[in-house]
Amino acid sequence: MTSVRVLVGTRKGAFVLTSDGKRKEWDVSGPHFGGWEIYHMKGSPVEPNRIYASQTSSWFGQVIQRSDDGGKTWYQPGTPPDASNKTPDGMPAGESNKFVYDTSPETGKPLTTHQWYDGTQHPWQFKRVWHLEPSLSNPEVVYAGAEDASLFRSSDGGQTWQELAGLRGHVSGPQWAPGAGGMCLHTILIDPSNQERMFIAISAAGAFRTDDGGKTWKPINRGLHSEYIPDPTAEVGHCVHRIAMHRSRPGSLFMQKHWDVLRSDDAGESWHEVSGNLPSDFGFVIDVHAHEPETIYVIPIKSDSEHYPPEGKLRVYRSRSGGNEWEALTKGLPQSDCYVNVLRDAMAVDSLDPCGIYFGTTGGQVYVSANSGDSWAPIVRDLPAVLSVEVQTLS
Amino acid sequence: MVSTAAIRVRLPHHLRILARVGSEVKVDVEGQMTVRSVLNALEVKYPMLRGTIRDHVTQQRRPYLRYFVCGQDVSHNPPDDPLPEKVVSGNEPLIVLGAIAGG
Repeated sequence: MTSVRVLVGTRKGAFVLTSDGKRKEWDVSGPHFGGWEIYHMKGSPVEPNRIYASQTSSWFGQVIQRSDDGGKTWYQPGTPPDASNKTPDGMPAGESNKFVYDTSPETGKPLTTHQWYDGTQHPWQFKRVWHLEPSLSNPEVVYAGAEDASLFRSSDGGQTWQELAGLRGHVSGPQWAPGAGGMCLHTILIDPSNQERMFIAISAAGAFRTDDGGKTWKPINRGLHSEYIPDPTAEVGHCVHRIAMHRSRPGSLFMQKHWDVLRSDDAGESWHEVSGNLPSDFGFVIDVHAHEPETIYVIPIKSDSEHYPPEGKLRVYRSRSGGNEWEALTKGLPQSDCYVNVLRDAMAVDSLDPCGIYFGTTGGQVYVSANSGDSWAPIVRDLPAVLSVEVQTLS
Repeated sequence: MVSTAAIRVRLPHHLRILARVGSEVKVDVEGQMTVRSVLNALEVKYPMLRGTIRDHVTQQRRPYLRYFVCGQDVSHNPPDDPLPEKVVSGNEPLIVLGAIAGG
C-alpha cells in the first residue's frame, strides 16, 4: 500500500508526518530532538528508511543524526548504540559531528578567506549543515551543504565527513560573501542521468556545477542580473535562493533568486528570466511537478525587507508552461492577514498521481495539496517555525 | 600510582537530551583533575558529546558555554589548572553552563 512520509525540520525539533496515498488523515510524530534546530532531514532514495538529519545549535554546534527505521529511532552515526565508545586509536567516537575544512597542501591550499560584510577578508568558519543530499544510488553516500559555504561528503553513512574542497577553492572563493542569513550552501542537486554532475547554490555566491563528482567546479550564473551587487551581471555574488530540476530533464533547471525566477535549458550555462505575471518575483522556494517537467511552483514573498506574502495572501503560483505564465493557487490557503514566510528548503513534491505538493511556513503550518496544487489543507498548524520539508513516497 | 576520582559533571538541558542522561553524570578521571581531563573523560564516556562543549578541532570552549566550580567561573582559566578539592572529592560538581536563551 502506498503511503507518504513528510520530514519536517523546525526551529525546535523534527517532526515526521505520515499518511496513506489519499493524504487526508495524518499521524504526527515528534518533536524529535526537542529544542534543537533541525535544518534539514532527507531519506535515501534507495533505502527510504535511512534518513539523515542535521541537528544544530548556536550553543552546542553541529550534530548529524541518522535513522535506519524511517524516523522512529535515531542515533549519531559516529556513535552507534551497539559500538565501542572508543575508536581503535583510543579516541572518543563522535566523528559524525566533525566537519573540518580541508587545509591540506594538495587540495586545501587556496582556502583561506572570503569576503565579509564590510568588504574585508574573513576566515572561513564552519557553523552548521543546511542541507543533506543522499546519493541516488548508494545509501552510504551523502552530501552536506554547510555554512560557511562548503560541500562535504560522507561515504560511510554519515560517520565521517570529507570536504570537497575544489568548490571552496575555486578562484572566485575570496569574492564570496554572506547574505544576512549567513554564507550557506543550501541546494544540492544530483543529475540522475550522470551522478558525476551536480549543481549547488550558495547565498550569496551563486550557482555552481561539477562534472567530475565534485573535484572541480564552475560558476553557472550567466544571465543572472542582481541590482544589489556592484556589477549586476558578475560571474559570482548572486543570492540564489533555490534551484530545482525534474528527474527526466536534468539539463533544465529552475531558479528562485533573491529577486527573479529564472530557467536554464543548458545545465546552467545560461539563464533567462521567467517571472512573468508573478505579483512579486522575490521568494525562496521553487519546485517541479513529479510528472510534468514544465509545471513549476513558487510562493511569492513581498520583498527582501518584508518577508511575508504580498497583500497578506498566502498564494502558491503554478506555471504549466515552465514559467512566464503563472496562476495563483489559493483554495484552502489563508487569503487575508497572513504574514508568514516560506523558507528555501520548505517545499517538496511526492511522486503519487496526482502529485502532492507540500510546504511549511515560519508560522508552523505545513500544508499539503493532494491534487497538484488545486486545493490545499493544513496537515499541522502549530509547529515551531518550519525550516525544511521533504517528502518520501513509500510503497 | 595513578590517582582516580569520580567527578560529578552537571550538563545543560540540551546535552542531557543528546547523551540521554539526567542533569548530572559521574565520570572517572585518572591523573590530574583538571577541566581538560574531566571533559576528555566525559567525551570518552559519552562520545555523542564530542564537539558540543569544545570545538572539534581547536578544542576551544564554545562561546555560549562557561565552566563553573564552587561558585567560581573558571571558563577563562587555563584548562590544565587543578580543580578544587571539593570537586575532586565529589562534594561539588563541574558545571557546564549554557548562556540563557531569550525570545
